[in-house]
Amino acid sequence: MKRTTVDLWVGVFVTAGVVALFTLALKVGNATTVTASHGYTVYGEFDNIGGLKVRAPVKSAGVVVGRVEGVVLDQQKYVAKVTMRLDNRYKFPKDSTAAILTSGLLGEQYVGLEAGGDTANLAPGDRIKLTQSAVVLEKIIGQFLYGKAAEGNTAK
Amino acid sequence: MIGVLDRALRRIGHLVVDGVWKLGAATRFTGYVLARSADSVRRPQLTLNEIYFTGTLSLIIIIVSGTFVGLVLGLQGYETLKRYGSSEALGTLVALALVRELGPVVSALLFASRAGSAITAKIGIMKATEQLSAMEMMAVDPFARVLSPTFWGGVISMPLLAAIFSAMGVFGGYLIGVVIIGVDSGAFWSQMQANVDLREDILNGVIKSAVFGVAVTLIALFEGYDAPPTAEGVSYAVTRTVVTSALAVLALDFVLTSFMFTGV
Repeated sequence: MKRTTVDLWVGVFVTAGVVALFTLALKVGNATTVTASHGYTVYGEFDNIGGLKVRAPVKSAGVVVGRVEGVVLDQQKYVAKVTMRLDNRYKFPKDSTAAILTSGLLGEQYVGLEAGGDTANLAPGDRIKLTQSAVVLEKIIGQFLYGKAAEGNTAK
Repeated sequence: MIGVLDRALRRIGHLVVDGVWKLGAATRFTGYVLARSADSVRRPQLTLNEIYFTGTLSLIIIIVSGTFVGLVLGLQGYETLKRYGSSEALGTLVALALVRELGPVVSALLFASRAGSAITAKIGIMKATEQLSAMEMMAVDPFARVLSPTFWGGVISMPLLAAIFSAMGVFGGYLIGVVIIGVDSGAFWSQMQANVDLREDILNGVIKSAVFGVAVTLIALFEGYDAPPTAEGVSYAVTRTVVTSALAVLALDFVLTSFMFTGV
């Protein structure tokens, strides 16, 4: 079969189209398994992670120091186990606290790391023992309402 | 008074009957094109040439417009999302808008004006200069030799063009949002990936663009085949192709969207 220049250009076009489709599927859609390569992982257990997503930033003092790598439910303790990959440049004391915070009122959720006072640093695979769960708005409203009701009863 | 009314009624009636007549002819034409498509498979070179004509030659306009649409989406989306303090959702906004709607629809409109008009002009002039009749004289079926390959070329090109448009648009949004404005890159991609579903959003977008490809190519072919064999007739036919396909794409988009995204 004789090859023509048209074949080449059609090939270029079809390749571009297929590459675009795959980019959409893998990069834009959720069929991806890309992981960060450098850095070390630590994990923390949270009672409730709210709307924390994989690849959400891990921040300390507002600076992005890592990414959330995985979120799974621990079947023994029924808590969320959040794996975080932290940048090699940043070391944190062993007794640091991790909290799930929200940027802005409607913003996305991220993990906030607050350094402790221990002299030893977190090693790869360590657990962050002190964690603070995501704030669930309904619970706060519930507590507030109960508090108000209790206040009303004592005043009588 | 009666005379004016009488003439107006005649005019309307004529238009309606003519429209229905044309629709019937177009349906029969579609049947012919589909029935003679065996040759497009048996002789792939014919279809390949048409993919080059409708697809490859439309690449530049699709890539450039896709990127610019993405840039604009990035800017406008950021301006609005910033007010609610959720500029991280920019990736989701850009990707969903492109993959669900803008990618298929805008690239179908561009496809109609870039490739559809060219198809109509080609077929119309082939008919006006009696090339189609000459083929029939030589016992070559113009449906199998010209019309069917053009149809399949358009149908194959359109989803690929729409995918390229969406991908370039997401790249444009990334360029503005992350590189220039400075939205967090991880949040941009992670929120996008968390909210764009492979089947629900991307596959439905591809289905949409395939349907638009069928509609636009058929309209272009039929208008060309149906054109009066004069220079003026072909020029009107080209105009009608662009107008009719644009309306068909927008109407079909509404129908398909109401089927696909029912808000559940």
